[in-house]
Amino acid sequence: MTVTKTETLPVRSGDDVVRVRQRVRALAIEIGLGLVDQTKIVTAASELARNTLDYGGGGDVRIEIVQAGMRKGLRLTFEDHGPGIADIEQAMTDRFTTGRGMGLGLGGAKRLSNEFHIESTPGSGTRVTIARWK
Amino acid sequence: MKTDGAEVLTRTLTEDEAAILDAWNTSLREGSSLQSGRIREAELKTQAKAVFGQLQDALGAGGLDADGTGFVPLRESLADISRSRAIQGFTPTDTANFVFSLKEPIFEALKRASGTDATSLAAGIWAAGKVLDRLGLQTMEVFLASREEVIGRQGQEIAELSTPVVRLWDGILALPLIGTLDSARTGVVMENLLQAIVDEEAEIAIIDITGVPTVDTLVAQHLLKTVAAARLMGADCIVSGIRPQIAQTMVHLGVELNVVSKATLADAFAVALRRTGRKVVRQQASTEGRG
Repeated sequence: MTVTKTETLPVRSGDDVVRVRQRVRALAIEIGLGLVDQTKIVTAASELARNTLDYGGGGDVRIEIVQAGMRKGLRLTFEDHGPGIADIEQAMTDRFTTGRGMGLGLGGAKRLSNEFHIESTPGSGTRVTIARWK
Repeated sequence: MKTDGAEVLTRTLTEDEAAILDAWNTSLREGSSLQSGRIREAELKTQAKAVFGQLQDALGAGGLDADGTGFVPLRESLADISRSRAIQGFTPTDTANFVFSLKEPIFEALKRASGTDATSLAAGIWAAGKVLDRLGLQTMEVFLASREEVIGRQGQEIAELSTPVVRLWDGILALPLIGTLDSARTGVVMENLLQAIVDEEAEIAIIDITGVPTVDTLVAQHLLKTVAAARLMGADCIVSGIRPQIAQTMVHLGVELNVVSKATLADAFAVALRRTGRKVVRQQASTEGRG
């Protein structure tokens, strides 16, 4: 698998979340994702960016266009240095939230992506990686 | 003996006024602000003369402290100039150059006045640089503040424009949402809708999300809150404009909108008419009556 393009965007304010969505949509169109797949990855990006902002205290997202053989895909890595998640299994459960949201963001992002990976160390931060393939 | 830069500068500005103004006007004329056609030469010349006069007064009265009280009139006219330029659409470079292009003529004049006296030349240049740099920066600050004012006003206008509540029929309202639905916008939307429900004695409100590009859990949550608030006011809501890709995404997200929803505003309007006991019928396209 090779990475053909990398961009890093900050996630530090509500406006940044909008910018992340716009950029992800532009790149999803660039690699030729269909309308449904575009909407899915953009929505997942929106959820994770807002988590990074609200629960991680802000961070960065790395957007990559990846290629494996003939397949192209979009891989997003959200990273923050916030408090981290103590119980990932619980956090992934639908309707569970420590904030005021619906508690569907993490689980929803997983269902909207082809690949989903989360790692978190309490006290030092969280990294979520998702990918959507064409 | 210590050479006073302010004194050298003030003396030079007075003695060599005509030459400095001439050179400044030439340099302003060659600058791009005139070529862009946004300002007339005569106007530029008047501004330059006024600013130069005030610079002389300020230096005479207050020394080199460009933030001091002696500089107040000068700062105010510069602020006026850069504010009007920000609104007229000048580039930041053009605006800043109005002040910075005064440097060269003044330096030249100082050189002429000082002759071989390097100490007084250095002092004069230092004084002129200090004052003009500070004034240039202030010009930029005002320029940016004016631009931000424009942007802020546009933002407010967009927020107002994008949340209209439309009366479709007696007791039926439509709320076409366009753009990003963040917490601030939702507040405006909800307020407008609830007020319109009272004013129009509405039974049904149709919230159309055709223009919302991304529906994530936050948007869904805002929608549900708006629907719940409308319900408390006695109005039923219908959500319309759910595109196929949005529907699929919402299912994957696990969001359930416990509200009647329709694909298009037209479908939602038909439901609303039916619920309020009305129906749309085609006018009989008949030849009878034309006889």
